[in-house]
Amino acid sequence: MLEHVVNGLVLGGTYALVAMGLTIQYGIARIMNLSFGDTIIAACFATYLLFSALQIGPILALLILVPAGYGLSLLVYRVIMKPLVDRAPDEGALEVDSILVTFGLLFVIQGVLLTIFGGGYTSYSFMNTAVDVLGTAVAANRLLALGLSLVIGAALVIVLFRTRWGMVLRDVALAPDSAPLFGIDTDRAARRAFAIGGALAATGGVVLSMFQTFTATGGVVFTMKALIVVILGGKGSVPGAIVAGLLLGLVETFVAAYVDPGLTLAAVYTVFLALLLVRPNGIFGKA
Amino acid sequence: MKNAIGQAAGAVRRLSIHAAAATALVAATATAGLAQDSDTVTIGYAVSKSGPNAGGSDMTVTPNYELWVEEVNADGGLKMPDGSRRMIDVIAYDDRSSAEEVVRAVERLATQDEVDFILQPWGTGFNLAVAPLVATFGYPHLAGAAVTDKAPDFVKRWDTSFWFMGGSADYVDALTDILVAQRDAGAINDRIAMISVADGFGIDLVKAARPAFEEAGFDIAYDKTFPPQASDFATILGEASNAEADTFVAFSYPPHSFALTKQAKVSGFNPPVFYLGVGAGFPVYPNIAGGSVEGVMSLGGIDPDNALNTAYRERHEQIVGRAPDYWGSVLVYASLEMLGQAIERVGLDRAAVAKELSSGTFSTVLGKETRLEDNQLRAINWVGQWQDGQFVAVSPEGGDGTAAVKLPKPAWD
Amino acid sequence: MRTPYAFALAAAVLAALAAAPLFLPDYWTGVLLGMTGYVALATAWALFSGPTRYVSLATVAFFGVGAYTVAVLNEALPYPLVLLCAGAIGAVMALVVGLSTLRLAGVYFVIFTFGLAELVRQTVSWWEVNVTYTMGRYVFLPFEGRHIYWQLLALAAVTLLISWGIGRSRIGLALRAIGDDETVAAHAGIDVTRIKLLLFVISATLITLVGAIQAPRWTYIEPSIVFNPTVSFMTLIMALLGGAMRLWGPLVGAIPLFLLFEWLSVSFPDHFSIMLGLLFILIVFVMPNGVLARIETLRKGGRA
Repeated sequence: MLEHVVNGLVLGGTYALVAMGLTIQYGIARIMNLSFGDTIIAACFATYLLFSALQIGPILALLILVPAGYGLSLLVYRVIMKPLVDRAPDEGALEVDSILVTFGLLFVIQGVLLTIFGGGYTSYSFMNTAVDVLGTAVAANRLLALGLSLVIGAALVIVLFRTRWGMVLRDVALAPDSAPLFGIDTDRAARRAFAIGGALAATGGVVLSMFQTFTATGGVVFTMKALIVVILGGKGSVPGAIVAGLLLGLVETFVAAYVDPGLTLAAVYTVFLALLLVRPNGIFGKA
Repeated sequence: MKNAIGQAAGAVRRLSIHAAAATALVAATATAGLAQDSDTVTIGYAVSKSGPNAGGSDMTVTPNYELWVEEVNADGGLKMPDGSRRMIDVIAYDDRSSAEEVVRAVERLATQDEVDFILQPWGTGFNLAVAPLVATFGYPHLAGAAVTDKAPDFVKRWDTSFWFMGGSADYVDALTDILVAQRDAGAINDRIAMISVADGFGIDLVKAARPAFEEAGFDIAYDKTFPPQASDFATILGEASNAEADTFVAFSYPPHSFALTKQAKVSGFNPPVFYLGVGAGFPVYPNIAGGSVEGVMSLGGIDPDNALNTAYRERHEQIVGRAPDYWGSVLVYASLEMLGQAIERVGLDRAAVAKELSSGTFSTVLGKETRLEDNQLRAINWVGQWQDGQFVAVSPEGGDGTAAVKLPKPAWD
Repeated sequence: MRTPYAFALAAAVLAALAAAPLFLPDYWTGVLLGMTGYVALATAWALFSGPTRYVSLATVAFFGVGAYTVAVLNEALPYPLVLLCAGAIGAVMALVVGLSTLRLAGVYFVIFTFGLAELVRQTVSWWEVNVTYTMGRYVFLPFEGRHIYWQLLALAAVTLLISWGIGRSRIGLALRAIGDDETVAAHAGIDVTRIKLLLFVISATLITLVGAIQAPRWTYIEPSIVFNPTVSFMTLIMALLGGAMRLWGPLVGAIPLFLLFEWLSVSFPDHFSIMLGLLFILIVFVMPNGVLARIETLRKGGRA
């Protein structure tokens, strides 16, 4: 029993880590980013490249790739998203536009990765050592994912709820139309939120690459998992993403242990669909 | 309403423009086909360069197609019966891992590009998807990367199809032989924990394994499937180790094989027999497992004393830039060698080539005398094991190109 | 042009298209087949999603169920009955799904429908593996490409006809009202839920039939083949490109896009993804409301 809780939380930590970036991009910058998973995969490959070619370890790679993720996302927002935001008459139009444009972006990233790395499976071994957690042997790299998601989550909550800048971001999320009336530069806030999301995607990619086998075309899986977590947690809600991520991890583990491993994903979708019907705005979403 | 009709008329106009354009295109390509250079042999294939099947294609199929063509062309081209040589032209499409796409690509290769020969895509499902078309168009179908127990039926249905990878029952029976010998020697108990991936490959194998293991007197203590998207195996391995089985069998795909290995090391799960599916025979596997792969078993395996195979592996590494896997690659490559030799004997007549393939004897990387039985390759290494850094073919006692299996598996480092 | 003339013209085009496989090589029949399949899918999709603005990603759930029904029943029942069963299963499934989900709106509906497609896929996989012990089924029906094409062509024509009929009927009027403002429509006495449900069922049934008809083309059916999410995305993009609110919009989107994909995979087999992605981004920037709307604006601009 206890081992399933531990395993479930560790698995859920990965989901939470992956989903936080997306919830910020979607909740604050209002971009439904379907290329999110491919950004993660790109970071996986970058980590692999740094590790295998330049002997730069994944931990050190965080210092390089997280700022790179921030910078590149900033650029993507300026070049591609900004014109769409400017022309969108309402939120619904922006939603459709951003879905379509990031769908295109997904293929571009995928295509570039395919050209550079080919379609094969990539994996390496790093920090794959056992750590004893309450009697259960857990992989150190997965534990790192859980730890990082909790630390980053806590940091984000503090920034969002305890600083002036965080308040600005939350205002933009709640009332994008009236925020400018209070002298808030919505464009700058959205740009930063999108870039923070990109930095988080890079973080997720670096950590994931340590234990997950990845391919150039595997990004969609991450996007969808992250999307489920985001919707479950309520869009834009960092605590929601963490709770929902951990919840999914627990559901998968318990179903695998007590029902049938073949039904883990079916169970995830059932929980997701059922919750969506009962609480359409997510666990932490506002009605 | 008027507006709607106007739109309708407009759309019809546009539609007819498209139709006209399509017809023009057909005409243009048809003449291009006629003008094709008759001094070369055109070989076409559709493989998954993107999508979920890309990983498998990129390991087992595509590199061998490229390697073979490059070698033949470097040699001056394909030999014809009259002693002349013709260079190979390649037309390669990406099926994007979509069944509809691979079917249309084969139609395109056959009727549009009018290629001389068609090489086949990766995977059982896709080989079956294109099989009726390939047969209708009269091409020999060399299924290099497709495991199916129904091959004996398929060669009746499509008599120009050739199957090079055997069926699930073959792999399972060979493994069962080893397990029985080990149990009778008292090395392992009679319990087996078995998991399988829920798709064609995994289910085919597990379906063959259940009766085979039980008939041999084994107790299948844990028997579960997992979805192909699964990435976390902590719980499954935990449950499997609770089964107190000395034999762990996973009919898995590469991502699962890699994850299972990593997880087994972390949880200290080290049964005497540790058998994985596809991926454990990849050259990158020792690297992914962090070095300690001694004793891990899987499908395939090579005979390290086979000089032909060793030479093939060296050429593959040289030209493709990485080593081939230890299971399917060599079979795919051998099928191409057979095609080349069949052409050398009977020329470009496809029916004659098919006939030669089913009745002839060939010299391939598998051995000097490779031949098909009922259009199927049977001389395959079914079980392999990592021994001293090589993934070698094994059998209970060794001999006949195989090494003796070494069990129990030593501990992970 | 008057309606009878339009109909005569449409019938003539249909006849020409039906005769095409007799003159074209197999490959072009295959292209026409794929294209017609997507025209039917996109038109059926737009039937519901156009006027209600509910973006559905459940296309492949119904498409796959149709294909699977054929795979399971093709040896047990005569073919027309199999198609009938497929349609019925699709309709019942749509009814159940529709009843429980149509109150979701916006992105929640999008994600729900995607989740639904995955749930169906996982459940079918699990069922096949653990209950019937057969993963991967064979469909050996004596159909060549052109037979499948003719069936799809007929289905596409029927779909367009239904779409046209709905557009002219009172339901069409009610639908436009719902699309403009659901609350207002409800106050005006329109039974919003019932109409949405009806449309959803019709659209899903047609999509199920497309899957059922296409199944014999692949010989071998397994969940990863028939529940390929690309189908949902392609359908969506085609309908949006042409304009999902118009009768001919999905068709106008599907044909050029399909030909374009075909051209890209022939000419750029190694860079398909990049080209496709760039093209997508371009479409969003240049033609945000679809081709037909773009042509209309250009025309109006010319006149003014």
